Amino acid sequence: MASSAPAATAAAPHPYAPTPYRVLSRVSETADTVTITLAPARGAALGAHRPGQFNMVYAFGVGEVAVSISDDAVAPAPLVHTVRAVGQVTSALARAVPGQVLGVRGPYGRPWPIAGAHGKDVLVVGGGLGLAPLRPLLKELLAHRDRFGRIEIIYGARTPKDLLYYPQIQSWRQRSDWRVQVTVDAAGREWYGDVGLVTARLPDVRLEPARTVAFLCGPEIMMRNTARDLVDRGIPESAIWLSLERNMKCAIAQCGHCQFGPVFVCREGPVFAYTEIRRLLAVREV
Amino acid sequence: MTESVRPPESALRVADHPFLRGLDPSLIESLAEHAVERDFEPGEFVVRDGEIADGCYLVFHGKIALEVSAPDRGRLTIQTVGPGEVLGWSWLTPPYRWQVDARALKHVRAVRLDAEVLRRTFAEMPEAGYQFLLRLLPVIAQRLENTRIQLLDVHGV
Repeated sequence: MASSAPAATAAAPHPYAPTPYRVLSRVSETADTVTITLAPARGAALGAHRPGQFNMVYAFGVGEVAVSISDDAVAPAPLVHTVRAVGQVTSALARAVPGQVLGVRGPYGRPWPIAGAHGKDVLVVGGGLGLAPLRPLLKELLAHRDRFGRIEIIYGARTPKDLLYYPQIQSWRQRSDWRVQVTVDAAGREWYGDVGLVTARLPDVRLEPARTVAFLCGPEIMMRNTARDLVDRGIPESAIWLSLERNMKCAIAQCGHCQFGPVFVCREGPVFAYTEIRRLLAVREV
Repeated sequence: MTESVRPPESALRVADHPFLRGLDPSLIESLAEHAVERDFEPGEFVVRDGEIADGCYLVFHGKIALEVSAPDRGRLTIQTVGPGEVLGWSWLTPPYRWQVDARALKHVRAVRLDAEVLRRTFAEMPEAGYQFLLRLLPVIAQRLENTRIQLLDVHGV
């Protein structure tokens, strides 16, 4: 009887094992927010990602956090993450300097369903750091501009100094193939733009509600109120998509830290249809 | 600031302003009869905190900043009002004084509906006045809701 040697199989990487990535650059966006660009320190890059997905980024010796992928570069091109320093890990990441090695695993989560917006008008509403996971979406909309109808973008931040990607926003506002509205909650006299909530800009939006797809990301109360107003304007609930932020730890639906009611945000989200989570958004302290 | 009595053929037709569109034509006619066109250059105040609230402004062009002063923070813009929107309800209830500064950010063209005329018209035409208030109350409610959310500082947490 002939015998054959068992085929050599490479051991599957441990699901929690990060891939080393080296910081290529660090750009200060605001007083507490930076954008870091990362490239593989050695070996292969992580797999391709889609707009709306996130990575787990590890500051060695400090900890790991979920961070949205904030640019549209396709692997093995550099990864781009925008991080606001609010805790120990995010502060460590925000302090990372070029040359430093961080750990990255991912990409994870459900991306924005961009193909579902083909042939339709698109409304993108972002608040604060919520612009980060929307930026790859915006770039994809621009890259395939002819696939979409009218595109309207509303971005709100706390003050003018808290606006992310400001040079890019300025260039986006110059384009004639979409419209970008920017508003802040409060401003000094140096600001000549709009002041008020993003919902106050919605009446200016010129879209055909029945054929509009909306993508929202920002503080939950902003998304809830925006979704409510959009439904009032006739945009179908199933055409409204939100990206939720929760405390993700494992990112593979094992630990339950990110649970939103029965939903694992890391696996079923972070992007959800409004119809999927509308009832949960109305529940206090979920 | 330039002020002019609104000619009948004025480009700023009161009845076309979104805030009034569809209201009782006789009410609009009464208000339009005494309406005054106003132009404000950038930086010019439309109303000043503490001064007599002399009317209600229908904004047709430009942008107005509503400003308050905060200790150690200087002057803060808390809201902007633009075309199609309405500025001011302090004329409605005593003490009839503005509670905020409103300053033109861009050249503003607006129509001022006189406060005395508004109050007198509403007393004479309560049904129409009620319809006017039904338009104004959502504006007030919306601004109250916006202020609550701004107080939450949702971007800062």
